[in-house]
This record gives sequence, structure tokens and C-alpha cells, in this order.
Amino acid sequence: MSWAGVPGVTAVEEAHGETTLVVEPGSLVEACTHLRDAEGFNFLSDIATADYLGWGGKGVSGYIGTASGRDLNLPMTQGLQLTAKPKARRFSVSYHLLSVSETPRRLRVQTWVDDGEPVPTVIEVWPTADWHEREAWDMMGIPVEGHPNLKRILTDDDWEGHPLRKDYPIGGEPVRFSEAE
Amino acid sequence: MTVAPERTRATIYEGTRIPRPIPTVLQVSDEIAATGDVLPINFGPNHPSTHGVLRLIVDLYGEDVVGLEAVIGYLHTGFEKNMEQKSWWKAITYPERIDYLSFQANELVFVLAIEKLLALETPPKANWMRTCLCELNRIHSHLVWLGTAALELGAISMFWYCFREREQILDLFEMVCGTRMHTRYFQAGGLAEDIPRGFFPEARRFATWMPKAVDEYEGLVDKNKIWLERTVGLGLLSAEDAIALGQSGPVLRGSGVDWDLRRVEPYLAYGDCDFRVPVHHEGDVYARYRVHMEEMRESVKIVSQCLDRLEGMEGEPWIADDRKVVLPPREELHTSMESLIHHFKIVTEGYCVPEGEVYVTVESPRGELGCYVVSDGGPRPWRVKFRAPSFVALEATATCMSDALVADMIAIVGSLDTVMGEVDR
Repeated sequence: MSWAGVPGVTAVEEAHGETTLVVEPGSLVEACTHLRDAEGFNFLSDIATADYLGWGGKGVSGYIGTASGRDLNLPMTQGLQLTAKPKARRFSVSYHLLSVSETPRRLRVQTWVDDGEPVPTVIEVWPTADWHEREAWDMMGIPVEGHPNLKRILTDDDWEGHPLRKDYPIGGEPVRFSEAE
Repeated sequence: MTVAPERTRATIYEGTRIPRPIPTVLQVSDEIAATGDVLPINFGPNHPSTHGVLRLIVDLYGEDVVGLEAVIGYLHTGFEKNMEQKSWWKAITYPERIDYLSFQANELVFVLAIEKLLALETPPKANWMRTCLCELNRIHSHLVWLGTAALELGAISMFWYCFREREQILDLFEMVCGTRMHTRYFQAGGLAEDIPRGFFPEARRFATWMPKAVDEYEGLVDKNKIWLERTVGLGLLSAEDAIALGQSGPVLRGSGVDWDLRRVEPYLAYGDCDFRVPVHHEGDVYARYRVHMEEMRESVKIVSQCLDRLEGMEGEPWIADDRKVVLPPREELHTSMESLIHHFKIVTEGYCVPEGEVYVTVESPRGELGCYVVSDGGPRPWRVKFRAPSFVALEATATCMSDALVADMIAIVGSLDTVMGEVDR
């Protein structure tokens, strides 16, 4: 399968039987529109975000090897000697597409942004993106440019911070109605 | 069998009715707003008919719903954040609690994601048993949906009938897994335990009884005037809109799209099972109800086929033989030091999963359930994200409600079959 016709593709990755198209945020809408109209990806299954802050470092959830090797004095450092491949930017936003047709296919369109950089909205391409994008903003703090109703969805309207970021601690919710107030 | 009712009310529309510019918010038109007669009301989040804690902000013009916005998040519990703190092994308990009515499907999707990253093969017995339990779970989920949806429309007896069969399914789960809900029976690599001997006769008895029970449910409501009045021609959603809004499962099939991941992207043992995918083209609440009913019958067929195969698999392995991931058999711990070490390592540190990202989907009772998993190569997931079908189903409320009366609102929201635990995660 050739993805040469898709506008703005910077890399094509194949892993675990899944195809990932890496697209610059600037050409995301153009690429999505092309994939929907010319390639038949009429169904947006999901928009998934990930925060790679501390990726490959130590002391962060899930990681046991370190860039300088293993630190045997820390717990959970025995198993792994490879370090994870570095990522270009902090956040990834993955659009999982599906073609609801006679020839079902799946595709991941991925775009990378740093803290505070916006991604454009794809509501005009797939209306279902509405709540997924609000969730990306609420949980991960990724601003979505052009979204007509970008407000928090799972947390309160006056919530501070974005809970799924790696620098947001467990138990980090503000205590309301405490004696200090 | 059923007789199709006469349809005298609105029928499915052509084109699109998705509100603009916000696809999930129905806005009051200027014309109606100018009358000054619009009454905003707040429905939920604590209301017996919202299937949990859903809040709808509704604008009424007389009895007509002219504006609507769904507000969610009242049950947000941070499952995805919590799973990042647990080892892969321990995180399997979390997805089950996300959708507490289809726990097996949610558990399955996460386990499949781990297995995909590990490139771990599961033995056939595990695949067939997983299929069997997932289908029992589908019936369980549909029964709770039918019972509560009918209850909301006043058919209280339906609730008792549905929960009678639900108990039988939970008894089967208890027999296999030790717990009635949140079974945590699927492990990366296969099943946690072998299938107990008494399971097959009990499951057979259930599979023989269940079609008769479905006959009973249909006898109760299928020709019931009140039921038909409150479901036929309501909550319309065209096939085009359903796809654009990302709908899946019974909602999509009720809108006439012949789409079921069990058939188009077969996983587990579904490729070897013989079953039909029920599709209805009316796109209303009644069509979704019919899809649910027929799916229960099809699920019973799949369960029977699974039992046929499983009965001939006595003595076969139920979990992969990979000691770096799979717990060693309990009896070996007393005699083998290697087994003891493996057991200790897996339980304390957890197994490491190679670096990578995968997106796995299964057909849960509510539709396309997806799981996006990122691993950095360590013993804990770096990121887990669930594509919850209920979350997406609620996006369609504004479109379905575009010509509804306030009394129909309950039937329409009910027909989307949402579980708020899964919506808010």
C-alpha cells in the first residue's frame, strides 16, 4: 500500500501489523480529508494522546532502565537494559481510522506537538471528533485549534491541570472545602 | 416469532441531521428562541432513568425538545491514570471495572493488546473459552439493558424476567472464575485456571433454556401497544450519520449498516463460528431493541458451538507455556526453584513488555471497544487509552433527539445503551 498521495506525510511506520502515518500538525486536516475521500477511511474510531515527558529516564512510571545503564540500588531495575527510543516532541496525538466498507482497513495517523502547541480540529472531517478532542484538551492539555466548543469534558469546568500528563501527580486533585478555606 | 408492527410514525430520513457547528449540541433555533417560550430544564445527573450519572441540559418548547446538551464526567475515576502505576499483570483488573456490564470484553481487549505487544500465542482452548465467556457476557449485558430500558418505559415485569436469566449467567461466571462480576479470568497468554468440570452441563442447560426466555421477553413487549408507541419511529439516526458520528454496535446495526467486528475482523474463535449479524434498517429505538434481541439468540448459538469444541479439549493447555510471562503451575512451587523464582518475579516486579504502541479493537456488547497501549519496554504500561463505545454513543444524543418530545428522551437515551462507568472512565 502506497501512501505517497497523502499530503504532508513525513514518515510511514509499520509495527505489529499496524500502519502509522506521521503527519505535521499543519497538514493534518488536509491529510485526513484526503484519507476520508480518496482512501475510504470514513470512520474515526478514536483519538488517543500520549505524554512522553520523562520517556527513557528513570523514576517515571513504567521505566526501569536508564540512559546510563542500570541502577541496581533502586527497586525494579533488574530486568531491562535497553533504553526506549527518544521521541521528537513531548505529545503524540493518534487518530485511529477505520474504513467501514467491503474492504475493512485500519490506519493510525499520528502527529507530534510540544507543550502548548495546538493541533487543528478534524470535526469537519469526522463529526465524532468533537468529544475526543475535548477529552484530549481536558486530560492531556492539547489545545485544539478551531474547535467550536472546546471546554473540559470529564473534569469540572474550573479544574486545574491536565490529569493524564506525566507531571500531574497521583492524588494531585485539589482538596475542596478544607479547613484552610 | 415476531410480527413486524405497522409503522405509522416517522421513518428514517435521508441525508444528515447532525447539528452544526457543534455536532453534539442541539441549539435552539432563532425562530423558536424569539417566541420567548423556551423552558430550559436540567435532567440528571441523579435521575433513575439516566443509566447512571448522565446530565442533560434540555430546552423545551411546549413538549418538544428544541435544544440539548449532554454533560458527562460525573463518574470520572481516572482508570487510565491508575493503570500507568500498576504492572501489566495487575492492571488487567482495571478495564473490567470501566464497563461493569461487559467486564469480559473489556478485560479481553486489554489482554489482547498485551499479547500483541509480546507476540504471545494463546492455545486454542483459551480462545474458545474466551469466545464462550464473551458471548455469555454479551447476553448478560443485553439482559441488563433490556430490563432497565423496559423498566424506564413502565414495563416493570420485564426487569424481573431479565434478571432471572442474568442470575444464571452470573452463576456460570462464578463457577468458572470464582466471582460473579469482574472475573479477571483472562491472563496474558490464556486463562487463569482450567475450566471446571461442572461448567459444561450447566452451560448447556442455560443454552437450551435461553432461546425460550427470549421468546418470553418478546411475548411481553413485542406486541405491547405501549412499548410500540414509545419505541417505533423515535430517535432516528440514518446510516450516514451513524458512521459520521462514529456509532458502533447495536446502534450502527439498527441504522442499517451491516458491520460487526466479530465477522469483518475475526478475533479469538469467531472466524470458526457460524452466526448471523442482525441488521435493521429503520434506525429507530425499536430497531435497536430488535438488534439486541436477535443478538442474544445468535450469542446462544455461538455459546453452543464453543461448548461443542471445548468438550473435546479436555486435558489441553489453557494458557501459553512462556514462563517469563505466565505464572507457573501452583504445584510446581513446592518442588522447583526455577518456578518459585519466576512466580516471585512475575508477582512482584511484573513482566516487561517490549517497547511499542498498539491499537486493538473488539466488538463489545456496546460496539467497537478499542484499547490503545504504549509500552516503553518496562513492567508497567506507559499509556493506556480506551475507546469506549458508550462515550461515542452519547455523542449521537443531539442528532437522535432532533424531533423528540420530552417523554421520548428517556427511551432514546436508553436505546443508545450507555454505561456511564465506561463513558467517564
